[in-house]
Amino acid sequence: MSTFVYMTRCDGCGQCVDICPSDIMHIDETIRRAKNIEPNFCWECYACVKACPNHAIDVRGYADFAPMGHSVRVRREEEKGTISWKIKFRNGTEKDFVSPITTKPWGKFIPKLAEGKKPSQEEINSQKLYLEPEGLNTKKELPTVPKDSFKKGVYY
Amino acid sequence: MITTNPFSILSETVPAIATQSFVVVMAFLVVIGTLVDIIHKKNVKYFFENAKKAKQSAKKKLTTREKTSVAIKTVASDILTTSELGAGKRRVAHLLGMYGTLLFWFASVIMIFCYSSIDTVTPTIWPILWHVGAIMTCLGGFWFWLFLRVDVYSEAHPWYRIIQADLFVLSLLATATFGLIWSFLQSLNISGWDNLFLIFFIISNIILFGGVYWSKFAHMFYKPGAALQKNLAEADGSRDNLPPPADAPKQYGLGINREKAKHY
Repeated sequence: MSTFVYMTRCDGCGQCVDICPSDIMHIDETIRRAKNIEPNFCWECYACVKACPNHAIDVRGYADFAPMGHSVRVRREEEKGTISWKIKFRNGTEKDFVSPITTKPWGKFIPKLAEGKKPSQEEINSQKLYLEPEGLNTKKELPTVPKDSFKKGVYY
Repeated sequence: MITTNPFSILSETVPAIATQSFVVVMAFLVVIGTLVDIIHKKNVKYFFENAKKAKQSAKKKLTTREKTSVAIKTVASDILTTSELGAGKRRVAHLLGMYGTLLFWFASVIMIFCYSSIDTVTPTIWPILWHVGAIMTCLGGFWFWLFLRVDVYSEAHPWYRIIQADLFVLSLLATATFGLIWSFLQSLNISGWDNLFLIFFIISNIILFGGVYWSKFAHMFYKPGAALQKNLAEADGSRDNLPPPADAPKQYGLGINREKAKHY
């Protein structure tokens, strides 16, 4: 699935261009409206859908079920601090949800990696990722899967 | 300069009928360009299909009075004050350009058709409106072009990168700018130079009105239609499948305010 833009609603404000983590929402050169330039790189994070002040962005379903009329749409209301969702099922069932906006201000929670301590060679060679396990909010050792428990020919 | 009708002085060298015919041809080009655009993009068909879909999923049937109220709200909010652009610089620039252009065009038509001969005296208000309109267009248009355009503002492209979407705004700006320079040089009575800028003024008009099919000119006809359809969909409950406005519980807090779209 990927995002697409209702051209009649878009006013080319650039909010989706600004927020897209995959850098695939850009401005069309003919009509100066937003468009998804690389639909197959879209991972449906809904960031642009929620950021659009004109509700001009929607997510296209797969061709095998999209024509059956499902829909997932969202309304962001900053003044209320809410994100509302409407899920419309193929059988006509409709469900409405309301959740709080949890977006953080830009740049406020970016870790300052350059100021942290340099990893040792041992840490670099380790299979743990940066800040693991503390970054996962645990001080325990991470679970491991013994290699001999793998079924041969399936995993490797 | 600002109180002089430039078309009246022009009629000394160019017959008024030629100028009037030029305006008629330009209006004709706009109609043709828009019709071809409609046929090519099938946007009117899209509007009707969308309206049909909205009608099917409507939660309530709107009365004529409710529809009229929605239409009035659309005119007052979406069309006359372009509320879709939110509260900010883009809206101010758009309103400057929009009202400037309307004044410029309206005053042009009045002066060309009613006061284009040397014998008639042009009421001072029309040349003033023409010049003020052109200045407003230039202020709003150049502000948009240099600083507020999404290509510059959010995409971080340089202001001098020109794409097809710029055809409308650039030809409009050229028309207003060349018109002002032509009027200024005409008032100085420097022979030759005013004619040069008159030619530029004519060419930019031909590009602006003749390029409707390739430019964004026709957005001024489509946008009001789209705004009306959006507001009708909100009123009848179909809402283009969007959820209803939240009944906000207090514990949800204030969220965060939208930031300027320029984190490139």
